[in-house]
Amino acid sequence: MKIESMTAHEIRSGLIEKRFTAEAVVAACFERIRQAEPKIDAYLTLCEADAMAQARSIDERIERGEVPGKLAGVPIAVKDNICTDGIKTTCASKILYDFIPPYDATVAKKLKDADAILIGKTNMDEFAMGSSTENSGFKRTRNPWDLERVPGGSSGGSAAAVAAGTVPLALGSDTGGSIRQPAAFCGVVGLKPTYGLVSRFGLIAFGSSLDQIGPFAGTVKDSALLLEAIQGEDPLDSTSVKHAVREDYLSGIEEGVKGMRIGIPVEFFQAGLDSEIAAAIQESIERLKAMGAIVEEMSLPITVEGLSAYYIISSAEASSNLARFDGIRYGYRPEAFENLEELMEKSRSEAFGAEVKRRIMLGTYALSSGYYDAYYNRAQKLRSKIREQFREAFQRFDLILSPVSPVLPFKSGEKSSDPIEMYLADIYTININLAGLPALSMPCGFSAGGLPIGLQIIGPHFGEDRILKAAYALEQELGLPDRKPAI
Amino acid sequence: MSFETVIGLEIHAELHTRSKIFCSCATTFGAKPNANTCPICLGLPGTLPVLNEEVVNLAVKAGTALNCHINKLNKMDRKNYFYPDLPKAYQTSQYDLPICKGGHVDIEVDGMKKRIRLNRIHIEEDAGKLIHLEEQPVSLIDYNRVGVPLIEIVTEPDLRSVDEAVTFLRTLKAILEYGEISDCRMEQGSLRCDANISMRKTGQDTLNTKVELKNINSFKELQKALEKEEKRQRELYTFGEESKIKQETRRWDSAKGKTVPMRTKEDAHDYRYFPEPDLVPIIIREEQIVSIKESLPEMPAQKKERFARQYGLTEKEVDIIIGDKALSQYYEALVLLGAAPKAAANWILGDILRLLKEKELEADLIPVRPDALYRLIQIIAEGKISITAGKEVFEAMFITGKSADAIVEEKGLSQISDSVELEKIVEGILDSNPQSLKDYAAGKTQAAGFLMGQIMKASRGKANPQVTKELLDSKLKERLE
Repeated sequence: MKIESMTAHEIRSGLIEKRFTAEAVVAACFERIRQAEPKIDAYLTLCEADAMAQARSIDERIERGEVPGKLAGVPIAVKDNICTDGIKTTCASKILYDFIPPYDATVAKKLKDADAILIGKTNMDEFAMGSSTENSGFKRTRNPWDLERVPGGSSGGSAAAVAAGTVPLALGSDTGGSIRQPAAFCGVVGLKPTYGLVSRFGLIAFGSSLDQIGPFAGTVKDSALLLEAIQGEDPLDSTSVKHAVREDYLSGIEEGVKGMRIGIPVEFFQAGLDSEIAAAIQESIERLKAMGAIVEEMSLPITVEGLSAYYIISSAEASSNLARFDGIRYGYRPEAFENLEELMEKSRSEAFGAEVKRRIMLGTYALSSGYYDAYYNRAQKLRSKIREQFREAFQRFDLILSPVSPVLPFKSGEKSSDPIEMYLADIYTININLAGLPALSMPCGFSAGGLPIGLQIIGPHFGEDRILKAAYALEQELGLPDRKPAI
Repeated sequence: MSFETVIGLEIHAELHTRSKIFCSCATTFGAKPNANTCPICLGLPGTLPVLNEEVVNLAVKAGTALNCHINKLNKMDRKNYFYPDLPKAYQTSQYDLPICKGGHVDIEVDGMKKRIRLNRIHIEEDAGKLIHLEEQPVSLIDYNRVGVPLIEIVTEPDLRSVDEAVTFLRTLKAILEYGEISDCRMEQGSLRCDANISMRKTGQDTLNTKVELKNINSFKELQKALEKEEKRQRELYTFGEESKIKQETRRWDSAKGKTVPMRTKEDAHDYRYFPEPDLVPIIIREEQIVSIKESLPEMPAQKKERFARQYGLTEKEVDIIIGDKALSQYYEALVLLGAAPKAAANWILGDILRLLKEKELEADLIPVRPDALYRLIQIIAEGKISITAGKEVFEAMFITGKSADAIVEEKGLSQISDSVELEKIVEGILDSNPQSLKDYAAGKTQAAGFLMGQIMKASRGKANPQVTKELLDSKLKERLE
């Protein structure tokens, strides 16, 4: 069994048709991990014993004639900022190095209910702050297409785990591009759902008003399958939306793009965009037109201001969300301290990494009295305008298409010395979070050097079905999923 | 030159809900440390708050009872500060869009009515409690109280004396109790008060440098703390040294009976308030307000007016009975059972209050139920025991919890109303007191009183006074004839 070439759909149907067992799937999965992981380092925790036990129990149920869940026997990796009951959840931060949550995130519970098998917890930028996974407090993850290069971030571990063929599915979280950019860098499909479509309960918060959990998969159909399993209103998350969500994205996914109106925002194609990426996107646009889509240039001028608004809002929320890590109740605590204040100070200064500290300081400053109006309030006003401009755009267009990242996967260490340059890697993705919109990142080609290039399809609120239809049509047209990295 | 005192109060009242503000943990007082906690109120990573709807309803009820404007769109904010009793390192509260604006409470001091304006009421969560061990350099944390819902009621600086401040707090407490908004147990911390106090020349309308007094947990403490601070400021003003008054926060230390400095303006926190992104704005519908308004029980002011009218009680009696919700409920229960309004009031204002004080009990813990007391009142009315014996029986009921009948039986307190037995006693006394008989015959009527006393003594107080009096009168008549 070659797990690296199997989709989630194939695994589930194979199990139901009794062509193989879940136990064999999990065994193959760990076999692949033993080959790939020494080179990739995508995982922080592996759950082999639990996974095998769960696989056997699914096999028994299938043997008894039960119909198992939607993701029966499908191995899945979960980003380490999503709480898993009894399994270490660290956010790749020293401050949570030993934290074992006594509860499951709602998505983790839904995965269990769907009979997916948790293989391990994946590496990430500490507290999801970063675009390269180099900010992990524990290890660096390498890009399966070129081990010298980063897998993107912050969900770099999840993207690399799928790209390396260790699992067909993974969960990530996206606050400003943290699913889409690593998906682009690793040549897999990554979807950031509409804010509120997927419960955030159990996702360790970075920027609460921006964070969304979403799927990574090797194919568009697999990402639709995983989205179906994790979405829905949650009584434990007041910001999850009481919206009649589409139960099923798969049944209409093959309908094609004929007659779809697709906007190309000129602001997303200006100086700074790598020419190979621009060319690959152009090629995809031509293919979409050939398939009957109506493609037009349009403008979203407000989005050029999104980056500053994003860094103020996300850092402000982070400064408050991360204040609870004080060494008092759980996590890292220094061995020696004189008093309460020193305990808190040492815990935080010794255990948080440089990027996390930078954002906490930025956010604290933006919320300080005397600066609140100039920074936080202005950023919120800008955010409303961004939301409004997208709303207007979606009155004219069904979808908006753009690059995911202005640059190809860069080399490890290449950008880590300059935070601003690193922040610019998010320039095409952050506006989508500010507006709360859904967007998908999918591979649309390769550079001359063999590096994957990502394309972003943005939809209106709860327009996931439309996005998936267009992505599926393009995926079939481009025929890229067959191309795998050689490890 | 004369000076006047300017006081404003901030009152925290625990809302009377079964579960906490953002999770389903119980709010019961006195549970084992950290028994009433869960990952949500402990702020464990990844958990999210979900607002308890009852909190909103009770806050609207408070706003309605206190004549506030209800903000139909309001929201929660985060108030950020580090302290171990605050597990999220922010308190979820309300900043610029509180649930209630304005409002007022009418108070009466020395017969003068006065309206005290409110600035706002907002919703927030309580923090946990630190326990510092005495023998070891260790502090423990009890998070049972964390996430217990509170409302903070902020007055305008309308109070002009310590008396007004104390009366305001009493009046407010009664409204919150009668409205079933908070159980207002100050000794358990479910009603707490901070006071801002400053001074100015009489007639001015400026607000001078104020001092904030925190951690006040009883009416007595409020009075003492304000009196001390008022005296200190007044002296400084009198000697022209008011510049020595610094804007600061002082904590009332009830053990030491004085305030101690907590922080000055310079080291005041910057709380970095911002809208709570984990909760959606609170939207209150007009129908909700109307139905809450309709469900509001009778408020103390109306109740006072009704008690005076319906039961013919004096103002003082009404004030005492209504000043405590449990007493007023007890009173109405007694009257409803059939007790005469005046007699019922006498029992409460006399023996019940005395025994509560002696046993240091709150009025909601009166060990004798109204129906048990009513039975005692009936026994007395039937002449089975005397009023004096009745008081003795009541005390025994209060202590033992037994019924009036059982105690009367046990103590053998039944009055002698049987005329055959009484006749024997009366005849005996008349036989052994010939001098008194002579005096009576000579027109000294007080001799009858002496004889009556002797009879009561001989019967060990059990002789029914009314029956005995009639019997004695007829026997005296007989003997004189």
